[in-house]
Amino acid sequence: MVSLLGRIGRVALDQIAGMGRLLLFLVAAVFQAFRPPAKIHLIIYHIKTIGVDSLSVVVLSGFFTGMVMGFQGYYSLRKFNAESWLGSATALGLLRELGPVLSAFMVTGRTGSAMAAELGTMRATEQIDALYSMAINPIKYLVSPRIIASLIAMPLLTAIFNVIGIFGAYVVGVGILGVSSGSFFSGMENSVVFHDVYSGVVKSVCFGLIITWICCYKGFNAPPMATGVSQATTESVVLSFVLILVWDYFLTSIML
Amino acid sequence: MIRVANLYKSFHSQIVLNGVNIEFATGKITTIVGTSGCGKTVLLKHLNALLLPDKGEVFVDSVDITKLGQKDLYQIRSKFGVLFQGAALLDSMTVFDNVAFPLREKTRASESAINKKVPERLEQVGLGAMGHKFPAELSGGMKKRAGLARALIMDPEIVLFDEPTTGLDPVLATSIHQLIARTHADFGFTGIVVSHTIPQVFDISDYVAMLANGVVEEVTPPEIFRASQNPIVQQFIQGKTEGPIQVL
Repeated sequence: MVSLLGRIGRVALDQIAGMGRLLLFLVAAVFQAFRPPAKIHLIIYHIKTIGVDSLSVVVLSGFFTGMVMGFQGYYSLRKFNAESWLGSATALGLLRELGPVLSAFMVTGRTGSAMAAELGTMRATEQIDALYSMAINPIKYLVSPRIIASLIAMPLLTAIFNVIGIFGAYVVGVGILGVSSGSFFSGMENSVVFHDVYSGVVKSVCFGLIITWICCYKGFNAPPMATGVSQATTESVVLSFVLILVWDYFLTSIML
Repeated sequence: MIRVANLYKSFHSQIVLNGVNIEFATGKITTIVGTSGCGKTVLLKHLNALLLPDKGEVFVDSVDITKLGQKDLYQIRSKFGVLFQGAALLDSMTVFDNVAFPLREKTRASESAINKKVPERLEQVGLGAMGHKFPAELSGGMKKRAGLARALIMDPEIVLFDEPTTGLDPVLATSIHQLIARTHADFGFTGIVVSHTIPQVFDISDYVAMLANGVVEEVTPPEIFRASQNPIVQQFIQGKTEGPIQVL
């Protein structure tokens, strides 16, 4: 009984220590982000890898998400004879919820996993040790620019996801199901307010931070072997997904 | 001068260093030899605080680096150049950019000065025409040479070599040894080499240290080391499986 309690205690302490390390990693990365000199060239490079390189997958998923919303929204609204609200329902759903969450999922799968794998490989091949030994802070060089880049790229990707999603819903609603184009857009114009857009932007910024924070942490601290890198990649994606959903709940409840 | 005093390091329940004491002579090359997995690399990584000990001190120019904060530690690390076992070149950069990297990050050197100094170093390690290549396009020996050029670019006082010839054929291994000896003659750094390539590594060493069972058994010039009566040293030199060295 005592040994069982001891084991439970050790696991709990390990978990708390792990969370502490995770938090300290973020603090160090944010602190280094504000310390000169700014790594502008690295930030621009990572905006490209996080933003531009994720564009195709975000556009594709946004378009099909919007089309599905068009079908599902039409099916639900028709029961209340409210098909004309399709544009409004789609826009609110995308701007407030689906746009930030799904684009964050896409970026996690495409870029976050790559970040974890890249940093994990750098750990395994002693490249991170090499930076330390050259008196270069690897967190400033490898992590902080990625965090800043994600804070810039995520809201832009989310905005693109939203616009393409609304276009997808328009194609289905107006082009296939016969909803009037005027009512599609006027409903949207009447119901969407600045707060809806703002809450989506806040969410996307938070999700961008979560993705780079978790994925960089997992990669940076990956055990230096092939299975360690694969494990870090898997864990980073799963933990990012979970934290995005948990944080989404809190943000939604605060900003409703 | 680097001095290691009563250094202990364990990973979980495995004791790797069990009270290591050693001094590395300034301006000389000291080679640490020992069986695979005996803790040579672990000891080397303590010398510039890439690893921190469970107990004990590491003095670099009379400063105990195990007690330093991040800022002071980065200053101390500026004295070191390190050639890692796999060279640890940044694989997103060309060889030229890898060698130029410490200059760009740690100094205010102009691009014209960098464009002058980097080719010089690459020439010294025999990679004059390889600057535009990426690490993935290089052979093992070339990577080590590029790693050595990067380790030397900041004119360090101390250079650590972590198994510089592992994985290389005997001809390439000899060429790397010659390269270490030549650059040491040119730059006069304090060299600390971790290796188990004996007896070839004796040719470039001023001192040889034997690490076994978590402690440094002996530090002597190579000729005395060869003739040592220490059974651990003799077992290692002769490559016997039976003796005081525990073979896992």
